Amino acid sequence: MDLALIPNGVQRCSLKVFVPWMLLWLVILAGGLLSAFLCFYKGLNQTNMNHYFAFGLWIVFDLSLIALGAGAFFSGFLTHIIGEVFIYPYVEDLKAIINAAVVIGFICYSAAIAMLGVDIGQPLRGWFIFWHANVHSMLTEVSFCITAYLGVLTIEYLPLILSNRKLNEIREFNIFGSNLHHAMALFAAAGTFLSFFHQGSLGGLFGVLFARPFAFREGFSIWPWTFFLFILSSIAAGPSFTLLCVWIAQKVTGKELVKRSAFTLLAKISGWLLATYVILKILDTISWAYGVVPRAGLSFMDFYEGPYGVWLIVAEIGIFGIIPAIILITPRLRERNELLIAGALMNITGIVLNRFVFTIQTLAIPVMPFGKFMSYFPTWQEWGIAMGAVGYGILVFSLSYRYLPLFPQEAELNPIRILGEVVTGSGVVKRG
Amino acid sequence: MFPFVFEWGWDAGRLIFMGLLYLVLGAISLGLLYAFIKTWLALREQDKQ
Repeated sequence: MDLALIPNGVQRCSLKVFVPWMLLWLVILAGGLLSAFLCFYKGLNQTNMNHYFAFGLWIVFDLSLIALGAGAFFSGFLTHIIGEVFIYPYVEDLKAIINAAVVIGFICYSAAIAMLGVDIGQPLRGWFIFWHANVHSMLTEVSFCITAYLGVLTIEYLPLILSNRKLNEIREFNIFGSNLHHAMALFAAAGTFLSFFHQGSLGGLFGVLFARPFAFREGFSIWPWTFFLFILSSIAAGPSFTLLCVWIAQKVTGKELVKRSAFTLLAKISGWLLATYVILKILDTISWAYGVVPRAGLSFMDFYEGPYGVWLIVAEIGIFGIIPAIILITPRLRERNELLIAGALMNITGIVLNRFVFTIQTLAIPVMPFGKFMSYFPTWQEWGIAMGAVGYGILVFSLSYRYLPLFPQEAELNPIRILGEVVTGSGVVKRG
Repeated sequence: MFPFVFEWGWDAGRLIFMGLLYLVLGAISLGLLYAFIKTWLALREQDKQ
């Protein structure tokens, strides 16, 4: 049965290897489900969130997952919308990674929404945000867009699922999958629109916090500068995350899944976007330090105390911003595999750090003259749910890799020879 | 979300926000409808042959 599901022309490990691998991540997912059960059963007192920290680890994870999942919409935008016209020499490389980008996006968004289901404390009333929509709230916009975009990602994932060797033999699925694929440009356009606004609104919801000068920013029309910076940082980090996931998949499977040129392209896109973002972020920080901060009657160092010292800004913009941008935009550096991966990893770390700073540090800083700097550390239940999301992601990606034609170039790059003949008509399980 | 929900008002904020949302949801639904109808037509054509 397992062999019959493996895509044509590729080789997969035996079930003896695959099952223990899956069990490992299932245990981690089970830990997440146990933590979620405790939060539902006993309430949010299972967390270290309180009146100071209404947002905690889960929101940091959510914001990070949504930023890293941006590789899906941005790759979709490049492949299906502008690919054939403006960047046609690169379309082949983009098509090699678009399936993986969609699966990664689906994992990131579904995990983020599942975590939000626990975070709101009373999921039975989760629908209130849609039914009684406050159209002046950035958070409402985010809720609508991430939910609708998860729907788009599911539609984009569907043709890939239907192209499984056995499912594809069913005539109805075969034709439906192909027709969905024909309409993909429309879904990609809808996904781009939804992503653009929710990535921005995630930044906007911090930028409009007038009473919290650490996060507050001026901007353009109704949008604070953080709106635009969050969009730019997500499309800079998304391709790096896709690159890193595909590279890890190559290392785990021991196979070349995409051509080197696809990695170079992702690195180049990520690098130039990151460089633009870092320049704008530095300008934004300077304008904040000389504008918002003195107008609030404070000084720059008032915002950096205790565990949230000035090292955070040095790490976020300097070490994990400027350095990866230089690595990824310099052809000589990104051609070296170890630097390419280090650059992508540092880029991702910088964006995660940015989401951490906006979520946690914003809340740690006192807003009253008699207030004091607070600090927050998550409980094991909070870590459990966050790690559960990681376990879930690896399970879905592993299943997708094993049973779906996730990497279109894999068969060509890893030809299977049996008795000297290249096998293309069926999948092969590696014995042992 | 809908005009029949009690706090609904015919103001610019709601018209722009909900209008854009319904526009995108409409586009997604049209795409799905296109795929369903094309599939149905193709299956009917194959069954005739």
